[in-house]
Amino acid sequence: MNSASRDAILGRVREALHRKAGDVIEDAPPVRLDVPELGVPARIAGFRERFEALNGKVHVVSSRDGARQAITEILNGRAAVASNARFLEECGIGWLSSVRTGLTDREELKAACAEAPVGITSAQYAIASTGTLAMLSSAEEPRLVSLLPPAHIAVIPASRILVNLDELFEKLPLPADVTSALVFISGPSRTADIEQILVRGVHGPGEIHVVIVEGC
Amino acid sequence: MSSSYPIQIDATVHDPALQKAVYTATGRLMDMRRNAVALVPQFEELRNHANAVKRHTIGHLDHYLELVERNVEAHGGEVVFAQDSTEVADFILTLAKQKGAKLFVKSKSMTTEEIHLNSRLEAHQLEAVETDLGEYILQLADERPYHIIAPALHYTRHDVARIFEKKLGRTETEPSDQAMIARAVLRQKFLDADIGITGANFVIADSGAVVVVENEGNARLTHSAPKIHIAIAGIEKIIPRAQDLAVFLALLGRSATGQAMSVYTSFVSGPRRTGEVDGPDEFYLILLDNGRTKVLADEAKRQSLYCIRCGACLNHCPVYRKIGGHNYPWIYSGPIGAILTPQFHGIDHDPWLPFASSLCGACAEVCPVKIDIPRVLLELRRDVIESKTAAGANKLERMVFRMWAWAMKRPHMYERLGKMAAIGAPRGDAKTGWIKDLPGFLAPGPVAGWLQERDLPRPAAHSFRELWRERQKKKGPAT
Repeated sequence: MNSASRDAILGRVREALHRKAGDVIEDAPPVRLDVPELGVPARIAGFRERFEALNGKVHVVSSRDGARQAITEILNGRAAVASNARFLEECGIGWLSSVRTGLTDREELKAACAEAPVGITSAQYAIASTGTLAMLSSAEEPRLVSLLPPAHIAVIPASRILVNLDELFEKLPLPADVTSALVFISGPSRTADIEQILVRGVHGPGEIHVVIVEGC
Repeated sequence: MSSSYPIQIDATVHDPALQKAVYTATGRLMDMRRNAVALVPQFEELRNHANAVKRHTIGHLDHYLELVERNVEAHGGEVVFAQDSTEVADFILTLAKQKGAKLFVKSKSMTTEEIHLNSRLEAHQLEAVETDLGEYILQLADERPYHIIAPALHYTRHDVARIFEKKLGRTETEPSDQAMIARAVLRQKFLDADIGITGANFVIADSGAVVVVENEGNARLTHSAPKIHIAIAGIEKIIPRAQDLAVFLALLGRSATGQAMSVYTSFVSGPRRTGEVDGPDEFYLILLDNGRTKVLADEAKRQSLYCIRCGACLNHCPVYRKIGGHNYPWIYSGPIGAILTPQFHGIDHDPWLPFASSLCGACAEVCPVKIDIPRVLLELRRDVIESKTAAGANKLERMVFRMWAWAMKRPHMYERLGKMAAIGAPRGDAKTGWIKDLPGFLAPGPVAGWLQERDLPRPAAHSFRELWRERQKKKGPAT
């Protein structure tokens, strides 16, 4: 079925457009990316403002040890699953007794994330202008850790905060070259499907924290 | 005017609760869009850019379809071309059989609504569960979406409670409780599902990727948890480059819900790769025609395919806001529905639809990709009239308009006719001067019908031309 349907559809498209297979095409309009200059402190401030406006929480710390302390406070006794991100390792997140990490089996990871009250990840980038985390899924960073638990904590170095989405696509012109899934997260999961009343945490985490580590 | 409107419109217009629900929800969405757009001074430039990118892509769609195919395959996925709903269902049913799959989770997708995918799967004893909260409620109620982005917009919390009581045995009336009930039911479905089906807001040619935009997290769960991910997209959803998303995402969220970014945007390019712990093992992208190539063939109306399904035209449409989403004949409602439906189904199907508009132009003003919807509506009206004329109808109307055109092109004739009208017209209503009806010999059949719903102003005793000549005589020639 498929090859015949493929040819039929392409044939109809070409007929409609008066084109033939292999016809040259005009250049697409040039890409429009606009990246203003912004220093790191302004990026941190911008991210904090936008992310908190979306009802996320932002914690700025000045060292990797500080990040671990911040996470201990946020967890406040809750158990957690952590991704295998190198930066989390550098922060010593795995030393925390209530945090489970190093999972490499799919079913085990899925079950752990379905049970855990909190998931801890890093993030490849954060975006200041929209209060967004950019997660690239990889061996280090599985998808479900930031998705199944009702709370999510992301820990990122301040140097990874970008000005806007345009800068992200400048840095990652072809995301598919480096990951099978790039996910942008802007605040807690929400719905307004019933009477337009805002409800958080409907499918994804309703609670979300970002710990920004200055100086790295 | 074409044939009469479907009768249910009356029921909607005379249902005060429904009127309030639709007015409030669309009004709020309008406010949120307005506030968000006001913060982006270059918004107009973004719209122009998006329009140019879409025009280019749709104009070279064959090239981009092949590019998508190559790049999806390069990342380990498979592209399936489907001409219609049957071909989509055949592919999915065959795959399900092969894999022993029984349970599907679905995230919101207008394209799958188009082809009634759920009922086709259910007919084969497969379970397909809608996971967007609004769509889940609709599935329990066996209804179709009321709005492109707010599918259950017409329900109150009490409607939802009634539906949940009947289907789930739960009676809570607080939306937050209701959302958590749905979460619990659907969470188990996500964990058990064999196949996840999503739509695609965009298909990215240079990456072989699909982009899915949402707020709840159900689409992420749909493409992350099961071992197989199928994305279904109309062939028109392509944009050339990942970098184009900087513009398109900026437009989509703000136009739809006034969000700078929706909570979750997923850019999925194939199955999981070596070393990845989770994610699907298989990725299929179904590219659906289902009538789109027909739309493509008409150069003036081709722009209908630029639509990115933000729903802004519905919210701003005085007709949609009055008659709601279910009085449109197809799943696409509002102005975009009024132009897509006749092009997909043929104008004979619902010839009244292009006429159900005041042509106020609000839709074109807010469209993020600048589709000139009023222009397309006019083109469609012409198609409707031409097809009727070709079928032998409207001979009288055509003759009258030809005479009218003849007179309008001759200033002296026009003036003379105007004078005759001024002398010959009845005096009209004593107080207002409006003419409510004409004597029978002046109002043959169709004119009488026309006058039933309209009053005419009395023609002025002296025409503008007369007054102007008088004035010039008094003042002397202008310098």
